[in-house]
Amino acid sequence: MEFLGYFGGVFEPIALMLLFAGTVGGLILGATPGLSPTMAVALLIPFTFHLSPTQGLILLGAAYTSTVAGGAVSAILLKIPGAPANIATALDGNEMAKRGEGARALHLSFLASGVGGVIGVLLLIFLTPVLAQWALKFGPSHLFWIAILGVTVIGSLDSKSFVKGLLSGCIGLWLSTIGTDDIMGADRFIFVDALSGGITIIPALIGLFAIPQVLDMFAKGRVSAVIDTVDVPRYKFLDSFKELIRSFRALSIGTVIGSIIGLIPGVGGQIAGLVAYDQARNFSPQKDKFGTGHSEGVIAAESANNAMVGPSLVPLLTLSIPGSPTAAVLLGGLLIHGIFPGSDIFDKHPEVVWTFINSMLLGQILMVIFGIYTAAWAARIAKAPIPILAAGVLVLALFGSYSVGQSMGDVQIMLVLGIGMYILEKFGFSAAPLVLGLILGPIAGDYFNNGSMIAAAQDGPWVYFFTGPLNIVLIVMVVASIAYSFWTNMLRASFAKSPLEGASK
Amino acid sequence: MTNSRIQHVIPGALILAIALLVTYLSFTEEPAEAFLFPRIISVAFVGLAIWNFIRAAGGMAKVGRGVALQDAKNLLPGLIVMLILVFWAAKALGFYVSATIAFFTVYSIYDPAPHSSAKDWIKRAVITAVFMAVIYSLFALLLKVQTPRGMFI
Repeated sequence: MEFLGYFGGVFEPIALMLLFAGTVGGLILGATPGLSPTMAVALLIPFTFHLSPTQGLILLGAAYTSTVAGGAVSAILLKIPGAPANIATALDGNEMAKRGEGARALHLSFLASGVGGVIGVLLLIFLTPVLAQWALKFGPSHLFWIAILGVTVIGSLDSKSFVKGLLSGCIGLWLSTIGTDDIMGADRFIFVDALSGGITIIPALIGLFAIPQVLDMFAKGRVSAVIDTVDVPRYKFLDSFKELIRSFRALSIGTVIGSIIGLIPGVGGQIAGLVAYDQARNFSPQKDKFGTGHSEGVIAAESANNAMVGPSLVPLLTLSIPGSPTAAVLLGGLLIHGIFPGSDIFDKHPEVVWTFINSMLLGQILMVIFGIYTAAWAARIAKAPIPILAAGVLVLALFGSYSVGQSMGDVQIMLVLGIGMYILEKFGFSAAPLVLGLILGPIAGDYFNNGSMIAAAQDGPWVYFFTGPLNIVLIVMVVASIAYSFWTNMLRASFAKSPLEGASK
Repeated sequence: MTNSRIQHVIPGALILAIALLVTYLSFTEEPAEAFLFPRIISVAFVGLAIWNFIRAAGGMAKVGRGVALQDAKNLLPGLIVMLILVFWAAKALGFYVSATIAFFTVYSIYDPAPHSSAKDWIKRAVITAVFMAVIYSLFALLLKVQTPRGMFI
């Protein structure tokens, strides 16, 4: 119950103000189609540079929580999921809105998000210290394999092609080695002057997540966005609350599935929402109603995608392995404040970590309150014209990437990486494994160098890195993550070749 | 070779070339100790890049639709504005002035509203001014970020 002792920090005026700003801003950004939660958090990081680590993390945590929930607004009212995590919400939510039950769908969506989110954060509170204690047993070789596991898991799961996912991870790992080697003082892969300091993480994150979205908006050309919106007649909040309690089965299925999926590195909210929706339908006596505007569909999907948020931070805080792409960006936010996640994080920075986690607990409640009262308004902002969004994100990316190191080199790297990522995405590559490679590369490199020194003094690198029960378990997990992805790719390919598929075409 | 296959082969070949260069540098540059970790990465990198290239050349690369010609045509003006802004204007003209011009230009290029109406031009100018005022307040006044000054601010 150590976390209770750090609740005071959340109620300091500046912390509360940042929590409000992050929650409301996150709801609006989340509701805006085309602005993903990952990009929103990446664009916010430069602002936290001028805040204390605790305040910065409170802002980022609130934005992370509420962008995921805010995505439900446009999913329900516009049938455009604000984030991939809200795809399942749109299936029933928009049908409800079309029937004039938009307010009911929004109430249920935010209430379910709140319940799932609170339980997810409670898991974060109780599981993180346990895992941190366990992680104390890890040596450099184990931590090296864990960092590699982070890249292979996200590379295998976050991409439709496992070769391209792993290749993205490799590109990220290589990019992380550019610059001067800290131990030997040698220059590595410095082809132009702008690379002499290496690739700064925050401008790189902004480039990799924001610039491809700007280019995507440019690629649409001069189009007027014709979006069908629906009227949102008022609905009694108390009735929604009672309905949520009656839908206990869907709520618990969503919360449990979201929490478990959050703990698995790299899987993310999209999978959580879709799996929970599918399972809620399987267990429901009213299966046929799913997809026609059934409230249980909204409850299961939204409780799952927000229950995923807290647990996705468990491997991040204890092992430096983010549970989702947005958590990977949060890792970048921790690193720029000099906080290195790991087994000793609760000993070195208890006030920062516990205040941050507590703020996420309060943030869930604020998200429900603000969400319910500002949802219809947020949907109006979500209809902002594409050219304004594109120009706005471009200018924010320019200022955000410059403000971190006050270097034009960083801005140029941001743009080049962004353009490169846009092209790679068009050919099936994914930004998340590349970012994880970029973030985990220096960590893996440091543990590899430390391990190599220990190995040289002991039985050599083969024995040190490839033997011992924990090393073997981790290597098996690395291989299993790749094999699983290979297997699912093969299944997909054989399904595509099957006569049934051919007939359907 | 189909258009789709060519589209996949070109980036596949480019990635393979980068992977080969990284591998060559990792195994030839000195001191060797500084390149131990890059060597491990480069071996995996080049292996996967070869696999990816073979799949692309053999027409097995199905993921990703490539860049459509119309999309490329649409994004080109915006891309040129971005490149001019970052590689020349931000330093030569000043951060705020160049960002204002870039915002207005991008907004005007992609705005579907008629370009012959004075009312729409005024609307674009007002939105640009308001947005840049917010940016100036945030970065110059609140965060006190010192941006490069060129001919202007």
